[in-house]
Amino acid sequence: MNLIQQLVNAIWLGSVYSLFALGYALVFSVLGVLNLAHSAVFMWGAWIGLLVVTQLTLPLWIAVPAAMLGAGLISVALERTAFAPLRARGAPRISQLISSIGASFFLVNFAQLLFGTNPERFPIGLIPAEAIPNLPFRVTPIQVVILMVSVVLMALLNLLVARTRLGQRMRAVAFNQRTAGLLGVNVGAIYMITFFLAGALAGAAGVLYGLAFNQITPFIGDAIALKGLTVIVLGGLGNIQGALIGGFVVAALEVFSVAAGGSNYRDAIVFTLLFLILLVRPQGLVGQKEQTRA
Amino acid sequence: MKKWIWVFSLLALLTAPALVSAQMPTMESLIGADIRQTCPDPTNLPDTVTIGSLLTLTGGASVFGVSQQRGIQLAIAEINNSAFLGEGVTLEVIFEDSASDNNQAIAAMTKLVEEDRVIAVIGPTLSREAFSADPIAQDAGVVVLAVSNTANGITDMGDFIFRNSLPEASVIPGTVAGAVDQLGIRSAAIIYANDDDFTVSGANVFREAFEANGVTVVAEETYATGDVDFNAQLTNIIAQNPDALAISALAVEAVQIILQARAQGYQGVLMGGNGLNSPAVLQQTGADSEGLIVGAAWNIGSPNELSAAFKAAFENEYGNLPDQFAAQAYTGAWMIASAIRCADSTDSAAVRDALAALEMETPLGFFSFTEDRNPIHDPVVQVNRGGAFAVLGAE
Repeated sequence: MNLIQQLVNAIWLGSVYSLFALGYALVFSVLGVLNLAHSAVFMWGAWIGLLVVTQLTLPLWIAVPAAMLGAGLISVALERTAFAPLRARGAPRISQLISSIGASFFLVNFAQLLFGTNPERFPIGLIPAEAIPNLPFRVTPIQVVILMVSVVLMALLNLLVARTRLGQRMRAVAFNQRTAGLLGVNVGAIYMITFFLAGALAGAAGVLYGLAFNQITPFIGDAIALKGLTVIVLGGLGNIQGALIGGFVVAALEVFSVAAGGSNYRDAIVFTLLFLILLVRPQGLVGQKEQTRA
Repeated sequence: MKKWIWVFSLLALLTAPALVSAQMPTMESLIGADIRQTCPDPTNLPDTVTIGSLLTLTGGASVFGVSQQRGIQLAIAEINNSAFLGEGVTLEVIFEDSASDNNQAIAAMTKLVEEDRVIAVIGPTLSREAFSADPIAQDAGVVVLAVSNTANGITDMGDFIFRNSLPEASVIPGTVAGAVDQLGIRSAAIIYANDDDFTVSGANVFREAFEANGVTVVAEETYATGDVDFNAQLTNIIAQNPDALAISALAVEAVQIILQARAQGYQGVLMGGNGLNSPAVLQQTGADSEGLIVGAAWNIGSPNELSAAFKAAFENEYGNLPDQFAAQAYTGAWMIASAIRCADSTDSAAVRDALAALEMETPLGFFSFTEDRNPIHDPVVQVNRGGAFAVLGAE
């Protein structure tokens, strides 16, 4: 019973990690730049979901699409203000990285100004907290919903990138921006769409995270930002399947190092394994050598 | 990532300082009345006496810092309005934000000590910040009065380091003894953050207190500050079926631990250290924290008349009820002012000596310091009844 419960714990935690890390991976795959404001967009998604439910008194399920739309738009604004101007001037990628850190400060501090630093919650009783009865393990309905929404969104993104013309264009831009532009792909639009999708995923992750832990502050992005980086490094930078698998691997490592009685050594175990994996496979678990990003 | 934190710290340093000298209608306060008797009106003080306060006003632990700042501002307004330091003398506080970050705390303490040349510093909020920043003040001979540090060894850093916050070592044994006595606990588990001095020392005291009361500790689990998912640790704990779960955590993590423990079906008694002693924890956990037992230096239901006056003044000023952090910070500001009054000097060494000898009535009860500058006053064992802390056994 204990082992099954820990497995459930790992799968559910992994779905949150993966969903968050996907946005990181998507932007990195197309731009080759880490968007460190991703965790701030994630945080905004959680707030938008909360405000839609508490201020506009709309039903709970609307929180997810509203947060995805809102966070997607914030992410596009981020691309236009923090990335596009630098790219237009041919600034090195490290400048774009720094610019995204600045944007992250702005987004977090702006949220702090608007919402204060005290944690806000979805009203007690709105989210059913009772475990589903008659199962050999304990799982709450919201955990099941989160897992399902995560899996569906991840599957949709995979289809979009791998099977549609839009995905084809995104991969073309990722492969070589200039060539793609010469072949008639609207590169600026692809960047905006990429950021919108990444932002929407972050927003979804944010609101699901908010529902799961029901404690929303301007700082909730801090904790998951590092996990997300770990996940995409493990999965292979900019590799979407890698981010997906990486999220579940990191969560499983965390949970089972605790289950094995090593909660004191949890992070040591996770990062030692990460180090060893990268030593053997520098391109990450499912990454391939260069070229085929996205 | 570390650099990121540094850049943020610098930004916070540039934006946070705010000079405060609030004005309120004149009123003679109950607190300090005994000091007015024992120490004459000072005559040697300059027009403006400046002290510092280093609090965590942003970041994960800002729940505590913001409450403390309000307590201090209330006290300063009362002190100035009642001309406690003599006619025409204004006590001024420079607030600095430690952003819940040790490096930022060091930078802010250095600024207060070396640039602002304050006589005394109230804070820092977190014990780990204190271990990082207090040595700077100690080296410069500036008084530090901690108003929320409860880890072991805070005042061991030097003879200028004081605290008015009862250490966990003084509160937890009484809490455990009371709970075991009233609720018949035989086995217990402990969960704590293993990267925070405050939570580690809290867990150690819990372990000793359980053993001293004949309770078997059947499981111990740790996590890292900032974690949000505790299901793996709680699954391990619940498998051992302990009568009580002791949580040595800060408020943010404590809320999640309580919610997730109950969601996993844990039915036993929940107990906590000082980090759980906040109305916010009860409010955010709802029915899940009913019966939660927390030892405390102060309870809002205290019959002490200074405490009642403080509660009324705080509610009048801010529109919400104070917590223990506000009460201790408020008391701390009054104690520093009292030490300055009794020393009749802005010399930090003279203020240190006056503070060490201080005995006064406060909202925490009758207060004095031990020889090693730790607080002496009576703690209370509280229990959550319907969303508010009551005194255990007094219901």
